[in-house]
Amino acid sequence: MSAIMDMKQIRKVYQTGKVTFEALRGIDIQVERGESVAVVGPSGSGKSTLMNLMGCLDVLTSGEYKLDGELVNTLTSNQLADIRNKKVGFVFQAFNLLPYATAYENIEIPLLFARVTGRKRRQRVTELLARVGLADKAANKPTEMSGGEMQRVAIARALANDPEIILADEPTGNLDSASGGEIVKLFNELWKQGKTIIIITHDASIAGQTQRIIRLKDGAVDGNGDLR
Amino acid sequence: MNIVLSVRQFLNDMRRQKLRTAMTMFGIFWGTCAIVLLFAFGKGLTEAQMKSQKGMGENILIVWPGITAKEFNGLPRGRRIRPTDDDVRFLKQNAQTLAHISPENGRHMTLKYGRQTHRRFVDGVWPEYCIMRNIIPQFGSRFINEPDLQNRRRVIFLGDILAGDLFGDSVSAAVGKRILVNSMPFTVIGIMKSKEQNNSYRGRDNRTAYIPNTTYQAMFSERHSDDFVAQHKPQFTGEIARQEIFRILGEKYRFDPTDEEALAVWDTTEGFAFLKTFFMAFSSFLVGIGFATLITGAIGVTNIMNVVLEERTKEIGIKMALGARKSTILWQFIFETLLITGVGGVLGFAFAYGVISVVPMLNLEEFIGIPTIDGWGAIMMSCLLGLVGLTAGIFPARRAANLQPVQALKLF
Repeated sequence: MSAIMDMKQIRKVYQTGKVTFEALRGIDIQVERGESVAVVGPSGSGKSTLMNLMGCLDVLTSGEYKLDGELVNTLTSNQLADIRNKKVGFVFQAFNLLPYATAYENIEIPLLFARVTGRKRRQRVTELLARVGLADKAANKPTEMSGGEMQRVAIARALANDPEIILADEPTGNLDSASGGEIVKLFNELWKQGKTIIIITHDASIAGQTQRIIRLKDGAVDGNGDLR
Repeated sequence: MNIVLSVRQFLNDMRRQKLRTAMTMFGIFWGTCAIVLLFAFGKGLTEAQMKSQKGMGENILIVWPGITAKEFNGLPRGRRIRPTDDDVRFLKQNAQTLAHISPENGRHMTLKYGRQTHRRFVDGVWPEYCIMRNIIPQFGSRFINEPDLQNRRRVIFLGDILAGDLFGDSVSAAVGKRILVNSMPFTVIGIMKSKEQNNSYRGRDNRTAYIPNTTYQAMFSERHSDDFVAQHKPQFTGEIARQEIFRILGEKYRFDPTDEEALAVWDTTEGFAFLKTFFMAFSSFLVGIGFATLITGAIGVTNIMNVVLEERTKEIGIKMALGARKSTILWQFIFETLLITGVGGVLGFAFAYGVISVVPMLNLEEFIGIPTIDGWGAIMMSCLLGLVGLTAGIFPARRAANLQPVQALKLF
């Protein structure tokens, strides 16, 4: 297996006026292709910051980040947008679906940005809806769906352009345990199909189902081993 | 980005923020409406003024007797200069700059037909007076002619309103009828075609009656005329014509041709030029006001888009996380602004057009003319609106597009 993510001495400093805050203090992380990893740690430990950097939602302050062999630091904003569109799929705690769009349209968005045309696009959306078990909810808007259903739409959306990496930030945080269990099951299936899964979570039972757990504390990696 | 989705998003925003979107659109609506209306009314008014100014005739000089203000060749000042019909005839034969000329003599007289009696202005003139003053006889009638003048005929030509006053419904049969003018019988030879005129020095032509000047002088034993009207050739200016009149009459009456008091002259072309300048300034002023309103509307749109941006930041973040490029976000915002300004503009234009279509039915033409929008005005208006929309959209759009996805998602 080769490292799909290779982070060396990553630092992220936030500056608000005269106050500086170092969220990540020079961490080294490698994630192998096809691995499933949980990132755990207390609030403020830098988990979300790490996910933002991994998914190219934010730029790092210093260090070196190679994603699938490409040095992310040097990419233009359009190249970063393409990475977010095709290489990484995001699943957020708050689902982050567009409220005015139907399940179908929400899943369609990454395909539109990727300029997937007409029939291909319709086919892909229909296929994804079936895969997450929501074929009958295509026309529903987020307000007409349960939390679990919304998160499944979000997962379908994350899978739209068949990315190699799925980044999930507390994906079950807003769900009851039954729905949460289904989501975790879905992630496991994806992992078995060869996706690289990175889940940020507080939930030890979810972390326990991954291959590896990375523990963060005060912006640094606290052990890199198996906490099971 | 999918247009359908963009439109739906826009409609969704509109639903959520009905009042705000409505107010913004109203700003653009009102701005457009104001510009179009002001422009159209300004144009209508200008054209009406020009037209009615022309109702008095083009290139017209009116010359009244005067009193010399300069000493000349040993003659004192304060002498009265009072041209006769012979002088007018002399000018007609000799002045190079003049196309037509006619003396004018008039007073109020009692006109009577049947039971109708009216006291109106009766003008003694020459045949060519009608050419100068754009007086056109109605079908089947005529103006005073040369034999009328030579034979001092008792014939009369009536302004259209005056004819209506005397003959009521039977105006069409008025020609050939006898009427009494100061108890003397006159034959009606013609009635004037209605025309616009807002400018005169002794009543409107449509309420005036015309008789041969020779007849008039015979009635009142007049040798002199009140004034004479001259039309200069279009290739000369009013001023050059005036100088020639002064030179020719100055030789005869021995006054200094530079003595502006010797004869009183009203050069209507001067007024015409002034009117043109005035209305141009007036129109510019009106359009300026409309433009300012539109700018205010545009500032409103920019503000709204800024607020929308604040509200939509998360949505922008989501889209960026899903792979939207900067340009996609930029175009989405520009598209929305153009839609707001476009819809507001089209509604404003339609409303203004409606108003402009209704105005001619109100019979206010004499006062405000017929407001008109020309094709160029409409094209210019569209371009202007597009520009306003683009300018209003570009600033919030750039701000939105320059956000980092994480800033927009507010995840940190």
